Amino acid sequence: MIDILIQAIFWLFVVLTVGSAIVVVFSKRIIYSAFALLFTLIGVAGLYVFLAADFLAASQMLIYVGGILTLIIFGVFLTAKIYGMTIPDQAHQRYLALLPVAGFAAVLIHVLFSADWNLLQSTAEPTTENLGKLLLTTYLVPFEVASVLLLAALIGAMRISRPREEDDDR
Amino acid sequence: MLQTAIILAKIWGVLLTLVSLAAIMTWVERKQSAVMQDRLGANRADVLGLRIIGLFQPMADGLKMFFKEDFVPARGDKFLHTLAPMIAFFPALLTFAVIPFGDVLRIGTLEIPLQIANLNIGYLFILAFGGLTIYGTVLAGWSSNNKYSLLGGLRAGAQMISYEVVLGLSLVGLIMVFGTLQLDIMVKKQGELLFGFLPAWGIFLQPLGFLLFLPSAIAETKRVPFDLPEGESEIIGYYTEYSGMRFGLFYFAEFIEIIVLSAIMATLFFGGYQIPWLYAEGFQFPWGWEWNLPHLLVVILQIGSFFAKIAFFCWLQVLIRWTLPRFRYDQLMRLCWVNILPLAVLNIVLTGLVLMILN
Repeated sequence: MIDILIQAIFWLFVVLTVGSAIVVVFSKRIIYSAFALLFTLIGVAGLYVFLAADFLAASQMLIYVGGILTLIIFGVFLTAKIYGMTIPDQAHQRYLALLPVAGFAAVLIHVLFSADWNLLQSTAEPTTENLGKLLLTTYLVPFEVASVLLLAALIGAMRISRPREEDDDR
Repeated sequence: MLQTAIILAKIWGVLLTLVSLAAIMTWVERKQSAVMQDRLGANRADVLGLRIIGLFQPMADGLKMFFKEDFVPARGDKFLHTLAPMIAFFPALLTFAVIPFGDVLRIGTLEIPLQIANLNIGYLFILAFGGLTIYGTVLAGWSSNNKYSLLGGLRAGAQMISYEVVLGLSLVGLIMVFGTLQLDIMVKKQGELLFGFLPAWGIFLQPLGFLLFLPSAIAETKRVPFDLPEGESEIIGYYTEYSGMRFGLFYFAEFIEIIVLSAIMATLFFGGYQIPWLYAEGFQFPWGWEWNLPHLLVVILQIGSFFAKIAFFCWLQVLIRWTLPRFRYDQLMRLCWVNILPLAVLNIVLTGLVLMILN
């Protein structure tokens, strides 16, 4: 009974993720794409939960759903003519696009077959504490580099969006 | 099978409690505003001549919502227009799932934790689903095809995403003190004593954290003094084009947010279901008195204390809403980024220093 329910919820998340991802790609209205991305990201967070990655799932919700997507939707709102705007649906460079798509698919398929998929037999353990310890010991340098990069991006964004000083005199 | 039944019963119980509390909150808001404005408040709704101080008003409100015309703007987006109130309503309800409203209840050999989902990442869960409410408002603003609604939605989005940052930062100190993200453990640790007599509640460990959390949290509920997205009195907000039960859902979500926010405040800063000096066996006062109580009574007292704290904070929020005038938009943003943010960072640094010295 419980197993069937868990299976059903898993497939619900799969359908949610893939279904909304299809809308993201094929919708002709940019606003629909943006909002469909919301459900794709939530679905991926749900799949993380099924992979016993609880902290990752929460971070996905917090950062991608709560932060980044909000900014994307802001960007969409601030574009001109959002009500009527449609994305032209004729594909450009259709055959050239096959090249990167095939390459990326090859990488994914390679990972799928070469990865060591060992299924966890025991119940899932919380990951937060171990992640935190690893980030501040073994992976301290990449962690700090990433934060410095983000800080630089933050300052750069502010510098670009502010009016220049000589403009203030006008 | 029994376990499943218990879980379903807990979900049903919490859902029912939340929804009925929200209905009562509409009445509390009417009455409190009336008291503060020297009016009588809602007292007209009567059933067979009974008025019981206006307590039928929430029912009358609900009925009215159902029978009003359900209007969608002609050029609006019908699908998204319907979806928006649902997105606004759903995360507010869901957040309560991780909040412990009592300790473990023992009936014979059966142990029932009085919490729907004891997540290891409970604290992050709250923030993650708190961040979802933003989409309800933004979507409502857009799908109405009304430029004022759209601007209201944008105001809401900018306000909520800004205050989400300081909301998260103001609570970091608390995580450092308790060393966990699990709300259950946080509440258990608040049952301990500081210096032998003071309960180790979050407010005593993180006074600055609480002072920063309170305005940020009220800003997230979009109520006065932070009601610029809605601005019911003069500027027009994101749900201008909503009527009937669709508007009702927004209205209801606001009250559920108030209750959930009160529950979060009680859980994180005011000991959750803890009563000072009440332990599993009964009261043990610091001056040596002991008073043993049966297990069931202790559990009932704990649940009672939790809901009493919720009631207090709900009332406090209504009080704030009817006391203060609205901020201007630049004041709102300055409060967030110039005043609260540096203090929140300072709080984190100070907490770190104190913890380092103590260890």
